Formats: sequence, structure tokens, C-alpha cells
Amino acid sequence: MNTDSKSYQKYAKKHAPKSPIFRDCVCAFLVGGLICTFAEGLYHLYLFWKLPEDTVKILVPCTLIFLAAFFTGIGIFDDIARFAGAGTLVPITGFANAMASPAIDDKSEGLVMGVGAKMFTIAGPVIVYGVLTSVLYGVVYWIWGLFL
Amino acid sequence: MELLLDLLKAFLIGGLFCVVAQILIDKTALTPARILVLYVSLGVVLTAVGLYAPLVEFAGCGATTPLTGFGYSLAGGVKKAVDEKGLIGALTGGLTGTAGGIAAAIVFGYTFALIFRSHPKK
Repeated sequence: MNTDSKSYQKYAKKHAPKSPIFRDCVCAFLVGGLICTFAEGLYHLYLFWKLPEDTVKILVPCTLIFLAAFFTGIGIFDDIARFAGAGTLVPITGFANAMASPAIDDKSEGLVMGVGAKMFTIAGPVIVYGVLTSVLYGVVYWIWGLFL
Repeated sequence: MELLLDLLKAFLIGGLFCVVAQILIDKTALTPARILVLYVSLGVVLTAVGLYAPLVEFAGCGATTPLTGFGYSLAGGVKKAVDEKGLIGALTGGLTGTAGGIAAAIVFGYTFALIFRSHPKK
């Protein structure tokens, strides 16, 4: 084997382990992208079934939420999420999993303080900050409208 | 052919949203919960300044499926309600726009919590 320094560097670079962040990003991109592709496919399918567009816009995320909650229930979601990282977290599937997973895990604490309360451990903050920002936007938008 | 292009656009934009979040998780101390909060708020802000609607127009479910799309629904609901009912719409519009998703997550989460039992964490 040729061992002069240039070709050695080339050799070393080729065989060095790829940084985990690169691998993480590829997994997140592929899985996240596929979930969105699936959603887009559903969108076209529901339209093809002659459902009104307003209904389809609600039905598509609801279908994803149903599937994510189901896969959480049968225990597959965690396996996919470990591989996909942000790929399953960022789509609406992550929100559904964040509600279903603690609801299932903390069932032993009862139907009220277990299932009912723990469901909102992560979903709660998401709704709180989402609503806060949107109300702020609504007020600004209303004031803006007064001057137009 | 148009269908394939729509699917490809959804794949690319949806995937990119996930890559940004993955980099944030790997490079900063942000927990997944903080990422979700950040994404929802960012979705509202981007919709408010008029950047998100064109993205939804371009990528369809590639833009509405990531949690920024949840923010887009919140902001869209607020805008519509303020247009129709005035200032009170700022309070009613957001949750109206996202009611379907939130109710679905509650109903399905609850139902599957009754049916399935906890899996040991690996």
C-alpha cells in the first residue's frame, strides 16, 4: 500500500467514522420527509374520494395523529423514534406521541391524575405557548387593521 | 406527474424542518419539548409576517405536517376570526383553527391508553 502522506490522509478520511450528527440528520431527513410525503399522499387520496377540501385539511393531521397514537400503543413508535430522532418528533406524529405515551405509561396513577393529567406534560406547554403567541398576533393584527 | 412533484416537494421541505430540529438537538441543550414549543411559536410568527403561507402553497403537507404547521393553523384561525368578529377573534380563533387536531390527540391518546399497557423502555 502506498503510504505517502497525501494518500494516507485520503485513506484515513475515507475510513474515519462519519460524525453521528451527520447520520442523525440523514435519518431525520428521510423519516421526517417520508411522513410528510405520506401526509401529502393522504391529502390527494381524500380529495380523490371527493371529500371537501376543508374536511381534508383537518382529516389528514387527524389520520397521522391516530396512527402515531396507535403505534405508540403497540410499542413500535419508540423503536422508530430512536432511529429517526427529530424525524418523528417534528411532524404532528411527535405531538400525538407526546400525548399518548405518558397517558399509557402513567395509567397506573389513575384515570384522572394519571391518564388525564400526564397527557399534557409536553402537549400542555406546546398549546400554552402556541396560544399565547397566536393571541399576541391577533391583537397586533387587529390594531394594525385600525390604521388601514 | 403533478402528483409526484407534490410528493417530492412535501418530502424535501418536511425533511428539512426535521434536519434543522435534529441539528438543534445535537448541537444545543434544547430538549425535544423545547423544540416543539419553539416550532409552534415559530410557526405563528412566520405566518404572522407572511412567510409561511407561501411555503404551504409550495410544499403542501410538507409545511403543514411539521409542528410549525400547528402554529400556522393557530395564526390562520386567529386572522380569520379577527377579520370576522373583531378583537374577540384574537381569543377565539387560535383554538378554533386547531380544534380538530387537539381533540383527535386527546381522544386517540386516551383510547389507546385504555387499550394498551406500558412497554418496558429499552
